[in-house]
Amino acid sequence: MTPSRKNEPPAVVPGVRRRSNEAGAGRAAIKNLFRIYLEKPELAGIVLFVLLTAVFELRSGAAFLSSDNMRGILGLLPEVGLVSIGVTILMICGEFDLSVGSTFALTPMATSLMIIAGVPAVVAVLLGLVIAGVIGFVNGFITLTFSIPSFITTLGMLFIVRSLTIVMSGGFPPLLPDDLDTSVFTRFVGPGGLFRASFVWFLVIALASAAMMAISNLGNWIRATGGNLEATRAMGVPTIRVKIFCFVLCAMMAGFGGVMQVFRLHSPLPSIGDGLELQAVAAAVIGGTALTGGIGTVLGGVVGALLIRVIDNGLVMSQVDANWFKFAVGALTIFAVVSNTWLRRTARRMKVAT
Amino acid sequence: MDQPLISIRDVHKWYAGVHAVRGVSLDVKAAEVVGLVGDNGAGKSTLIKMLSGVHRTDSGEIRIAGELVEIASPKIAMRLGIETIYQDASMVPMMSIARNLFVGREPLRLRIGDIGIIDHERMRRESTQAIANVDLHLRSPDALLGELSGGQRQGVAIARAMHFKSRVLILDEPTNHLSVKETAKVLGFVRGLPAQGVTGILISHNLHHVVESCDRVVVMARGEIVFDRPVNETSIEEFQEYL
Repeated sequence: MTPSRKNEPPAVVPGVRRRSNEAGAGRAAIKNLFRIYLEKPELAGIVLFVLLTAVFELRSGAAFLSSDNMRGILGLLPEVGLVSIGVTILMICGEFDLSVGSTFALTPMATSLMIIAGVPAVVAVLLGLVIAGVIGFVNGFITLTFSIPSFITTLGMLFIVRSLTIVMSGGFPPLLPDDLDTSVFTRFVGPGGLFRASFVWFLVIALASAAMMAISNLGNWIRATGGNLEATRAMGVPTIRVKIFCFVLCAMMAGFGGVMQVFRLHSPLPSIGDGLELQAVAAAVIGGTALTGGIGTVLGGVVGALLIRVIDNGLVMSQVDANWFKFAVGALTIFAVVSNTWLRRTARRMKVAT
Repeated sequence: MDQPLISIRDVHKWYAGVHAVRGVSLDVKAAEVVGLVGDNGAGKSTLIKMLSGVHRTDSGEIRIAGELVEIASPKIAMRLGIETIYQDASMVPMMSIARNLFVGREPLRLRIGDIGIIDHERMRRESTQAIANVDLHLRSPDALLGELSGGQRQGVAIARAMHFKSRVLILDEPTNHLSVKETAKVLGFVRGLPAQGVTGILISHNLHHVVESCDRVVVMARGEIVFDRPVNETSIEEFQEYL
């Protein structure tokens, strides 16, 4: 073969002719920052999280990081956090699920009714998760079979599943039996009883999900499918099955989050999870996930969910009117997307790596 | 006479009522480079997509090394040693070079069925090797693909195809969006394919590119092959008339 010497990158970026070493070093540092950002899109969220924590800690007179308050934040995080992880992975795969809030309600409703009817709790939870998985499968199947935006499929499913939940409840939220042992999710564990058992579940699932995305070939396929569908299909990856898997996983995460919440509240209110779908999308986006797919991390989704919880709690702790919560989340979401888009475009223009 | 490596017989393809490929028969010898040219909609892309497993034939047969094959998916095409390089370099910009090279064919350390843990070390090692083999100079296999220039991306695509020991390399307009210098490199590579025992099919709009790097010109028009001759027995002026 005639060695075809591939073009080497120009030693100097065009337009940036000789500069002093100092300026060159400064530019290299900026380039490095951009490179780190491209490889770790959740970084901005983490920085913001640390900043906000510091601000709230100061404004609340050191009450924010007290163990009582931490317990409150960490107790609620797993339920929303699971939904965020599922939505994040699905978004990385290039799809979207607006029905997670409804699945969050239907799954524990089904589980509770089964438990009340005498089905063993473990079996009821597992069957509930199967139902959640079926909802996810239907979402994926309809979206992919008819090639319609998942936004629409799951918007329809949001209404359908919510309606089913209310129908199942018969209008009155049933009560879980008093003797039902929910300690597997609700008991306080850790040093000083800092968090509930649900947090351990959440941690394990989050780590497993992060590992799946980072070190398994399935994670590689999910990211590739969202990043360039045509190319990935041409490389022989079963993209349809990959997407269906993500739909099912997302719905099951939402269902499991709902079960944990209901076991904590001891009654499956048909209205729980209302608006959660948008909070989960906000969490994913704040954590650096791109709406276009292919970009994002599980850690980002978790950080996003954590940020939302921190804002929710921190506003109260620093005695700001709690009604500003949604305002803050909304502003943060827009800010996150605008800055992520800008950073990515700038990084691309700089051709940071070569 | 030598048995052809690829033998296409009377292949047809319809798309929603459009007869895109009308009874094409084509033999390609081993280590031959064929230039496939034709106007938009002439059916050349459809023809090669049936070879790379993206589309299935509606009728007719395809033989690879004499064996009748059903190329029902890209995976099967790859198993047969047919690799395809598309004009947009068909890669995932937000993934590393190494991950791009191996997507769908990751080396695994531990597996259950098709799913398992990627052997990252091996993937990086083989990526570095694959990139070096096509004489491409890149900082690291961990760099994101999106940070590369068009020519470098095409280089990575070529490295991928060569790494997986392809017998047939299909290049679908590989020089679109490339600079003059990068184009020359890709064409140089195509010219070098026979020396490596690889069969090439180059689809191009640019007749000069075909004459420069191929052994044989095949012209398609309206879904049929209308011209087929060795490059050194024809001239651009001659086969241009068939376009």
